[in-house]
Amino acid sequence: MGMLSRKVTCNSHGQDSSYFLGWQEYENNPYDEVKNPQGIIQMGLAENQLSFDLLESWLAKNPDAASFRREGQSIFKELALFQDYHGLPVFKKALVDFMAEIRGNKVTFDPNHIVLTAGATSANETLMFCLAEQGDAFLLPTPYYPGFDRDLKWRTGVETVPIQCTSSNRFQITASALEEAYQQAQRKNLRVKGVLVTNPSNPLGTTMTRNELDLLVNFITDKEIHLISDEIYSGTVFNSPAFVSVMEVLKDRKLEKSEVWERVHTVYSLSKDLGLPGFRVGAIYSNDPIVVAAATKMSSFGLVSSQTQYLLSAMLSDKKFTKEYMSKNHKRLQKQQSKLVAGLEKADIGCLESNAGLFCWVDMRHLLRSDTFEAEMELWKRIVYDVKLNISPGSSCHCSEPGWFRVCFANMSEDTLKLAMQRLKSFVGSITVNDQSHQELKNSRRKFRTKWVFRLSFLSFHDREQDER
Amino acid sequence: MEFRRNNRQLLSKIATNDRHGEDSPYFDGWKAYDSDPFHPTHNPHGVIQMGLAENQLCFDLIEKWILENPDASICTAEGIDKFRDIANFQDYHGLKEFREGVAKFMGRVGGNRVTFDPDRIVMSGGATGANETVMFCLADPGDAFLVPSPYYAGFARDLRWRTGLDIVPVDCESSNNFRITRAALEEAYEKAQRSNINVKGVIVANPSNPLGTVLDKETMRSLVSFINDKNIHLVCDEIYSATVFSSPRFISIAEIIRDMDCNRDSIHIVYSLSKDMGFPGFRVGIVYSFNDDVMDCARKMSSFGLVSSETQFFLAAMLNDDEFIGNFMRESSKRLAKRHHVFTKGLERVGISSLKSNAGLFFWMDMRPLLKEQTVEAEIELWRVIINKVKLNVSPGSSFQCSEPGWFRVCFANMDDETVGVALERIRQFVLQGKEKGEVSEKSKHWKKHNLRLSFSSVRLYDENLSSPRMISPHSPIPQSPLVRTRT
Repeated sequence: MGMLSRKVTCNSHGQDSSYFLGWQEYENNPYDEVKNPQGIIQMGLAENQLSFDLLESWLAKNPDAASFRREGQSIFKELALFQDYHGLPVFKKALVDFMAEIRGNKVTFDPNHIVLTAGATSANETLMFCLAEQGDAFLLPTPYYPGFDRDLKWRTGVETVPIQCTSSNRFQITASALEEAYQQAQRKNLRVKGVLVTNPSNPLGTTMTRNELDLLVNFITDKEIHLISDEIYSGTVFNSPAFVSVMEVLKDRKLEKSEVWERVHTVYSLSKDLGLPGFRVGAIYSNDPIVVAAATKMSSFGLVSSQTQYLLSAMLSDKKFTKEYMSKNHKRLQKQQSKLVAGLEKADIGCLESNAGLFCWVDMRHLLRSDTFEAEMELWKRIVYDVKLNISPGSSCHCSEPGWFRVCFANMSEDTLKLAMQRLKSFVGSITVNDQSHQELKNSRRKFRTKWVFRLSFLSFHDREQDER
Repeated sequence: MEFRRNNRQLLSKIATNDRHGEDSPYFDGWKAYDSDPFHPTHNPHGVIQMGLAENQLCFDLIEKWILENPDASICTAEGIDKFRDIANFQDYHGLKEFREGVAKFMGRVGGNRVTFDPDRIVMSGGATGANETVMFCLADPGDAFLVPSPYYAGFARDLRWRTGLDIVPVDCESSNNFRITRAALEEAYEKAQRSNINVKGVIVANPSNPLGTVLDKETMRSLVSFINDKNIHLVCDEIYSATVFSSPRFISIAEIIRDMDCNRDSIHIVYSLSKDMGFPGFRVGIVYSFNDDVMDCARKMSSFGLVSSETQFFLAAMLNDDEFIGNFMRESSKRLAKRHHVFTKGLERVGISSLKSNAGLFFWMDMRPLLKEQTVEAEIELWRVIINKVKLNVSPGSSFQCSEPGWFRVCFANMDDETVGVALERIRQFVLQGKEKGEVSEKSKHWKKHNLRLSFSSVRLYDENLSSPRMISPHSPIPQSPLVRTRT
């Protein structure tokens, strides 16, 4: 009999993956403008560090919220004692209003249907515990956030089956891919309980089209399964097309009283939009009261600190502030993203056209020695150790095609980004100068890529909707 | 609606079973309190909450410290230069200063007889999260843990619900003050073996909830040798360790294993600041394991319940203020001792005894003389009388799986002095009325084997409301809490 549980000895936590190994390398040799200018630049961390000044200035103007006080009176004791898993009502109200604002107020949320959790990490795991168990599976479109391996499977015993998406159509979800994934699960003797999508997508940085959302709703209706929409990046949409949430689609299709309504659940968090990952603020929104009740009880295992709930309830209730913050934040994200895209272009590297998120999905297929994941790993190691940029290889995101990398842009200054792009340009220059056959391969790939990038721009022009923000 | 039934079948067993344990009477009593909460001026005849193990006695000290240390907050003018770094900090290793502060505090609580290694401090979502995490690390679905009874009602959820584990109670009896005996452990273990239940370890709370007693050295050594013999784990939940207010002193398991030959890889501590400091809202749980693999695994799992970085920063400053902490601990003990004394002596004067205790935020009250008969049903009947007639929410022993009916846990640290007076007076009246009617023996300072009957014909003994499952959380004083009265 083993002394420890199987969870300790297996590696379903997924932390042996390259996604995390790159971080370790960075930790050993982190870039610093002054102290370590030759160090590794962290581009594998999807953090929003561009708008702290806005938060700080709000705090300076709102000293009460900042120091356990309300209307000048100390409420420290009440906060210190408040551990009700229903959450602080004023915070939940402020949070749902904020979520509605992000969706252009096209949908409204009921505070009684929201469950607060310690980050989206906890929200996703909790939903798994509520919706599935050992022997069940959830379908996930690839590429997807590497942390899902831990969050969805590790302690729950639930399996994931990929919905393969490819660059041939911008990695969009297709009906056939959904069906194929479903069949694959069945062949593995797994009972499919639902689909989990991230919208906007990590790592793609794109918002889902209405077409995809309709497809998903049809699919889960037909198969009588759940849909989880992880909308953690919903507040980072900086360009058109505007964000369309699955709740909006359900509403537009008048499905509020239908059976499928209660099988759609949304996950949210303030870690990306407000750049507060340290505060551990996540939420589950479900239309099913049984799920809400069960998840609420489970939130005991990871409640949001009352101190944090109080601070953020004041901040998010300040509608003037949230409007201004969202507007400025989007502008800064857009500016930084364009700088990354331009810098990549100068190095002859393209990326998937994106309008959201804190990263770009970068195409380095033309730099691969061969069209294999081994070659991708080889390239990745060179980029981490030689170019000194920590970026995330597509294989760690379960991408079906080698050569794609996720590159983050919102966690550094403009200068650092510039330096990163310079390093990349030099690197690309150096590997192509001496290698003739490689050059030919690169040229043919570049032609293909140019055609494809152009096609993307053309498509997105037509997809463009009125800018509502 | 038809589809709701269909949809229900699409949920997990965990979501639809009742292994969260919230249908137990422990949580039931809250409903009576929630619908009629005591307030000295607004509702002087309401139910007084004595079922909530909170420590509200020392907030004045903490509030003073907060005013004197504005840079402990990242949101004030003095602390804002730390804001972005802290707001961004989600490393599951936790802030170094926070871990150092917690390790130091744990050491002081143990009388500085052992030091705790800050690098072994792993965070979790309260002790609730810590206990569940430790179970996930030590056992697989279908395995079991031995738990000496009476035990904290929340263990049913924390140890079993999502982990798929079982609890095998180790019965302890009043005849020897509920001590955990080797014989009782062996008996529980063998019983499990006979039922083909795979026991992975023992979990004890020291100091005990609901008893309020500390484990003595002999018992602790006996526990360690038991788990060593069986090659299983020992988890010590030391959440109440700083609530010890009189001798004998608290001995951490860390001290015991330092002086004993044992397999340190099977020893694990769970801690929290919810009881000692009175901060349940801040969700500070700690897993401290002597096993490196468990520590690593628990640390990865802490992603599911990290302590807010804002809170870590605040507590790092407070816990590293040696002078303040020293003063706090002394003052807290004093106030707890006084409160405990007032209650237990007040009850003794009307002939109600309680288990001799020196820790915790509650005492274990002996109401056996007032039971119609020595059964759980009679205990529940008496409990409903106490809630409905005496208007005190106390917790019946059966909700702690106590093997003997008639015991009640009564919390004393979650109210002000005035309310203490009211509560005592109500109990006094209740017992004296019973005596007047000749139904309680004058000499019942100690329980005798008489069949003492109580009848309160005018009282509704069965309250339907109290037996229905709760929807409201037991965790906080709603709607009393001003935070819950929204202004929108």
